[in-house]
Amino acid sequence: MATNPIRVLLAKVGLDGHDRGVKVVARALRDAGMDVIYTGLHRSPEEVVTAAVQEDVDVLGVSLLSGVQMTVFPRILKLLKERGADDMIVVAGGVMPDEDAAALREMGVAAILLQDTPPQEIVDTLRRLVEARGER
Amino acid sequence: MSVRVASAELLARAAAGNLGAAARLISRAEAGAAEARPALAEAYRRAGRAHVVGITGVPGSGKSTLVGRLTHALRATGAKVAVVAIDPSSPYSGGSILGDRVRMSDLATDPGVFIRSMATRGATGGMARAALDAADVLDVAGFDSVIIETVGVGQDEVEIAKASHTTVVVSAPGLGDEIQAIKAGILEIADIHVVSKCDRPDANRTLTDLKLMLALGTADDAPDAWRVPVVGTSAITGEGIENLVDCIQRHRTAVPSDARAARARRIAAFRLEKTAENLLLERFQARFRTHETDRIESLAARSIDPYSTAIDLLNRTLHGGHVHEPLA
Repeated sequence: MATNPIRVLLAKVGLDGHDRGVKVVARALRDAGMDVIYTGLHRSPEEVVTAAVQEDVDVLGVSLLSGVQMTVFPRILKLLKERGADDMIVVAGGVMPDEDAAALREMGVAAILLQDTPPQEIVDTLRRLVEARGER
Repeated sequence: MSVRVASAELLARAAAGNLGAAARLISRAEAGAAEARPALAEAYRRAGRAHVVGITGVPGSGKSTLVGRLTHALRATGAKVAVVAIDPSSPYSGGSILGDRVRMSDLATDPGVFIRSMATRGATGGMARAALDAADVLDVAGFDSVIIETVGVGQDEVEIAKASHTTVVVSAPGLGDEIQAIKAGILEIADIHVVSKCDRPDANRTLTDLKLMLALGTADDAPDAWRVPVVGTSAITGEGIENLVDCIQRHRTAVPSDARAARARRIAAFRLEKTAENLLLERFQARFRTHETDRIESLAARSIDPYSTAIDLLNRTLHGGHVHEPLA
């Protein structure tokens, strides 16, 4: 059966301008054989969801360092549902309090990979999540 | 789409304007999925309305930025615009970083714009194997223009000219002299030349070199023959973008009908050649990866030779499938 490499869209949402972390992740995923679409800084949830649907990614990874996670992720999940793309795996990265991480998991964010997550663990997590989802 | 939807159904949804369905069908084309082939064949038969514009040039020449500007300008004429932006896959891991969207971010939520990034996955020639399938699907989905942005190319990757109705070659100032400009290869394939970053002081030199190169050629003297324009553009000032749109539209309509028909045949021939090549390659590589390890050992020890081994391999590749024509 012909298969595609795992396809990931990485986005920075909100106003913080720190993209070193997300670039390290992009590089690690590339080196693990994944196609990584990087959309740059300061994206809105609407922009990110539109791009993720057009790119038909397996995983939408959103990195946040600005503390707006409880506004951004509910909006992203809602938009994905509206566009019929609720089979997309949403992963959060960055820095946030434990209680927010728990709340986001509850909401449907598949994994929260905080600032101390080793790159290999990120790779393994994405592979596991995509495998668990199955063919689409 | 929580359940797996058949490709024929995806095409029907795409034709009704569902861009998520179009995106999923493009993914199946990229995977080379056999299940998707009848739907892609149907897309090919139904397509042909959109104007396919190829944009190519060396890495860093400003292709993505230009595509962003061009898309804006085409949108202003009322056209719906799709972009297939190709970036290289890693020769080591097979992975890729597809970063062209970064330079088109102000188009991100315009419903009349669709941007798809694609990795080359080992394809040479500057294109990705599924780029033309994607163009068909987007054509059927109602886009008036499909812009294919190649990877940053070298001097010799010219496939885009065999696949697009209008080929735009982007050069940046400062990358070569007038001898570069008369070399064979990429500069020959342009229907339209663009010199990007023409806000820079050395841009005039590049514009002049290209114009001189074109003047050295034996021009077709027919009054209606296409004369390749050289357009200076600047993404900073916006200079030249409208001129470029005008040139693309003139190229679409002003080319004589017999030349246009000849080009359509050339595009069709290339499509057939590439499709056969891709199907053969797929079958060949599947066999090569799984069945040839012993022979590689013998080959490395020089106890067998590459010619007879290769002919044997090809014969077995073809007979292993439904093709019954021995190669040698």
